[in-house]
This record gives sequence, C-alpha cells and structure tokens, in this order.
Amino acid sequence: MLGQQVPVATAEAGPDKGLRRRWRIGEKFIEGWIFLAGLLAIVVLLGIIALLLKEGLPVFLDTPPWEFFFGTKWYPVSEPPTFGIMPFFVSTLWITLVATAISVPVGVACAAYLAEVAPNKVRETVKPIVELLAGIPSVVMGFIGLMLLSPLVQSAFNLNTGLCGLSAGIMLSLMSLPIIVSVSEDALRAVPDQFRQASYALGATRWETIIHVSIPAALSGITAAVMLGVGRAIGETMTVLMVAGGALAVPLSPTEPMMPMTAAIASGIGNAVRGGLQYQALFAIGLVLFVLTLAVNVIADRVLERQKRKFAR
Amino acid sequence: MFNNPIRKWLIVPAAVLMAAAIALAGCPGGGGGGDGLSGSFSIIGSNTVTPLSSVWAEDFMKVNPGVSIAVSGPGSGAGIASLINGTTDICQASRMIRQTEIDSARANGVEPYEIQVATDALSVVVHPSNPVLELTIVQLSAIYTNRITNWREVGGNDEPIVVISRDTNSGTHVFFKEHVVQMKGLPTEDKTLEYGSKVLFLPSTKEGVDEVAQNPNAIFYPGLGYVTEEVKPLAIKATADTPGVLPSVETALDGSYPIARPLLFYTNGEPTGAVRAFIDYCLSAEGQAKVTEVGYVPLQ
Repeated sequence: MLGQQVPVATAEAGPDKGLRRRWRIGEKFIEGWIFLAGLLAIVVLLGIIALLLKEGLPVFLDTPPWEFFFGTKWYPVSEPPTFGIMPFFVSTLWITLVATAISVPVGVACAAYLAEVAPNKVRETVKPIVELLAGIPSVVMGFIGLMLLSPLVQSAFNLNTGLCGLSAGIMLSLMSLPIIVSVSEDALRAVPDQFRQASYALGATRWETIIHVSIPAALSGITAAVMLGVGRAIGETMTVLMVAGGALAVPLSPTEPMMPMTAAIASGIGNAVRGGLQYQALFAIGLVLFVLTLAVNVIADRVLERQKRKFAR
Repeated sequence: MFNNPIRKWLIVPAAVLMAAAIALAGCPGGGGGGDGLSGSFSIIGSNTVTPLSSVWAEDFMKVNPGVSIAVSGPGSGAGIASLINGTTDICQASRMIRQTEIDSARANGVEPYEIQVATDALSVVVHPSNPVLELTIVQLSAIYTNRITNWREVGGNDEPIVVISRDTNSGTHVFFKEHVVQMKGLPTEDKTLEYGSKVLFLPSTKEGVDEVAQNPNAIFYPGLGYVTEEVKPLAIKATADTPGVLPSVETALDGSYPIARPLLFYTNGEPTGAVRAFIDYCLSAEGQAKVTEVGYVPLQ
C-alpha cells in the first residue's frame, strides 16, 4: 500500500514529466496484461466448448438425440452398440440430491456456529481442520466409502449391497462440506456487526438473530457456497466410480447401485478408440455435464441478482 | 472436466512397486550387472494380467538395472486402444484382439503381433457362507442377464443375487460375455444376450473380490490369480450332464475346466531390443515358474 502511494504522490506533486510518462507506460502495460489474462480465460472456455461440440455432436448422426437422451440402454462394446444416457443422468441427479440434502444443512449450521457462536479460539482451530477435509484426495474418500461406509449403509438400510447411490452421496457430502462451511462462514462474518447489535437492541435472542438477520443478510454468499458444493458433487468422479456400484438400470431410489455421468465417462474413455462412436458418445455426455454445471451457475447468478435487488429496496 | 485422475489408483501401486524395484536393483548408472541391456518401455492393458506383469517386470529390472518398465492395468480394451494410438510398447490382454481393432490399428500404421504368455482359469466366486457349490454355464448366463435373481432358483438360500461384473474396459468383461453370458460353443448360444441392467460394473477386479468377501449374496468372476481365502470358487459345469470342475492349474491345463482363456501380449510388429529380451524372459522356464506363483496357469 505504502509503496504504491509514494510514486503517485511524486508524480502528481513533482514537476518530473519523465517519471510521470514512465508511470503511464507501466500502467498501460499492466492494463494490457490483465486484459490478456481475462481474454485467456474466455479463449480456454470457448476452446473447451468447441472441442466438446466437435467430438460430441457427431454421435447424433448415428444415434438420434431422442434415443441418446431418453434411451435406457448403454451397451458401447456390443454389435451394434446402443447409447442411451438416461441411467447416468438420473444417477447423477440422485447422488447430487443426497449429497446436497446432507451437506447444505450441516454445512450452513456449522458455518453459523463458527461465525456467530463459537469463541475466537474454537473458530481458529476448527475452521482450518474443516478446510483440511477438502484436501483429502478423492481416491482416499473412495477407499473409505468402499471399506467403511458401504458395509454400514448395507446393514443400516438392509440392502443387497452397500455399493449404491446413497453411499456415494454421503461420501460426496463430506467432500463438499468444507467448501460450504468455509465460504458460508466468510459470508456470515462479512455481515456488519451493526445488524446484530440492532437485532439484540430490539430484544431478539441469539437464535432469532442468526435465523432472521445474519443468515438472510449473508444469503448471497451462502447461495454461492451451496452452488460451489453442488458443482463439486456433480463433477466428482473417482469416489462415485468406486462407491456408486455402477449398475446400468435407471435407478428408482438412491439405495440402488448406479453409475453417474462422470463415472460413465471415466470407465469408458480408456477403451474408446479416438474418433470412434463410443468416444463421441462419451464426449456428448461431457457436453451434457457441461450444460448441467452451466445451468447451476446461471441459477446461482439469478438468485444472487434477486438477493441484491431485495437488499437495495 | 476431463482432467479427472482416471484410474490413477491403479497406476500408483505399480509405480510404487517399480520405484521399490529400482531401489532394490541399486543405483542406476553404477555400471555392472546384466548384459548391458537398457531402455524403458510400458505395459498397459488387462487388470487380470497386471499382477503377473508386475512380478515379471520387477524381476527383469533386478537383473537388468538399465531397463525400466512401467506397468498399468486399466483393462484390455484400454490397452488395445493404447496400442492402436501408439501410446504403449506392450499391450497386455485377457481377450483376443477383435478384427475391427486390427483394422483400426492397421489404419494407424500399427501391426498387432500376438504372444500368449500364460493361461487363466476364469473363476466364478461367491461368499464362503453361500451353500451353492456348482453352477452350469446356462445358469450363470441366466444370473448375469437377470433372468435368475434369487439364489433359491439355483439351490441356495432364499436371498437376492448381487451380480458383479467388471466394466467395459475389461477383457474379462468381454470374454465372460461371449463365453458365459452368450454361451459361445454351446447349443444354447445366443449372440443377442447382454449383461442385465441390475449388474454392478466395478472398475477393478480387486474391488469385486473385496465386495464378494463381505457380501453373502454376491457373485463375481475374477481371474484365478485374484482368488483369495476369503471367497469360494464354484465348480463349473459345461452342461447339466457333465461333472462340475473347480478352477485350478491342473484342470485348466488338461482342458477340463470350461472357461479357461489365454493371457496375451500384443506388440507393434515382432518385438526387438529390450522388449524382446523381456518377453523371452517371460516365456523362459524361470518366467513361467512365476506364473504358478502368481496363481495363473503356465504354458506347457
């Protein structure tokens, strides 16, 4: 901060025009640099979209879109192969639903405790530990799901096998929990203290203050946190590949074995010959995943926008 | 989205094994040892063949410190795709290469060269507490197409059958589909049959064996090398009138076990140099002794 202020002061106060010009050139250079960096992100995004479209769309020449999206049979190595992604799509929805249903209430409650109730010392110890959870590799989460959780789920729900969407969803909820806790806690802490003090002054209890003042005020940040968590759950691959069971039927409940879209791509791409029909079908699944995460982001954006307008009133 | 670490957990143990082997072999560049063979190559493919290739690679690298071999086992299909795309030197496979695959290899300038390195008796395993002792191919086909869904229908307890298979990357998946699900070579052969939609497709053989070890109602088909004390192999009957045969080295060698299959290496053209020396070692008496140790069936 200080280092930046000094040359500005010199440039404005001093008669040294050379220094001012140099300053301007530096400014332009940095401007251009930032512009290029911004452009690069867009170019990469467009490149990914173009690649997905180029590799994925040709599958519809062979399999009509109707059959591809609503077909319930996926036999890529048969003669002739059939590609219907309905089982994968429904599996992704189930697993994301389970993961969200667990991680959002637990995560937001944990964030509210850390931001509003916990003493400083507790918060400073607990938050880094929760964030450490995000650093556990997904393969390790898969092993834990395989060895510890799936036998538990099997006996608790009296299932034929513990390798099912429910186990995968529970593991994913653990993986999106740190993101939700961390981002929501930041959002809650950013709520001005005057809000709380005003609430207490009106005679509200701590609980009423959290529920009616702090959380609504931080809702935009919490929504962003939830969407990040949902995004993680939709995109996670290794854990679901290991734990979800990988059955090809359209799952009617989360307790059935299932194969979400990410697992279908991961387990199929290895033996797909470049440019072959299976390769194209897998890219088309990638396209569907991309559109799905895009939709999540657009919805999050809309919610944030509405929230802002509400506060502006 | 496509940067997910696909099957890294299969490659990592192989890499650790390799690192250990290199460490055991002593400092590289220290001179001495072996016949001056050097180079590095990769073996990619069948999950079934991986334990065997890893042992061979480890021993070969001990004798030839100048050679480094990377083994990974995503599945035969993945290995053949790597061979076609030119990203592996040796493809290990637990099924024969298909004509369509040979065609696309040739189109890419790759000429697949086949070498049988061992034989496998594909075992069908259940939980040790399961009272069922033997199944016919026809019954197995019905189980894997979800036409039989309860153990009671094949002489077991009144419990649902949890049917486990490998995923489509696996050569075992394809071999089992052709020879058991579609009953190749039997009068009841039906090429339109597919795995049922309730079948669990798992990404590794080890995971399937682990699930059978803890699930009393599960059934799975690992290679003989993956059969442990914790699971029970079933006797297989080719038809209802023939006696049930348990999978073993002897029954696979004398041809009485109905679902034995070759384990293969594919290279681009006839192998040369270090790859050639490695394959010669695999086929030698010493190499074939390792086959029995790992639990597969050596060539005669």
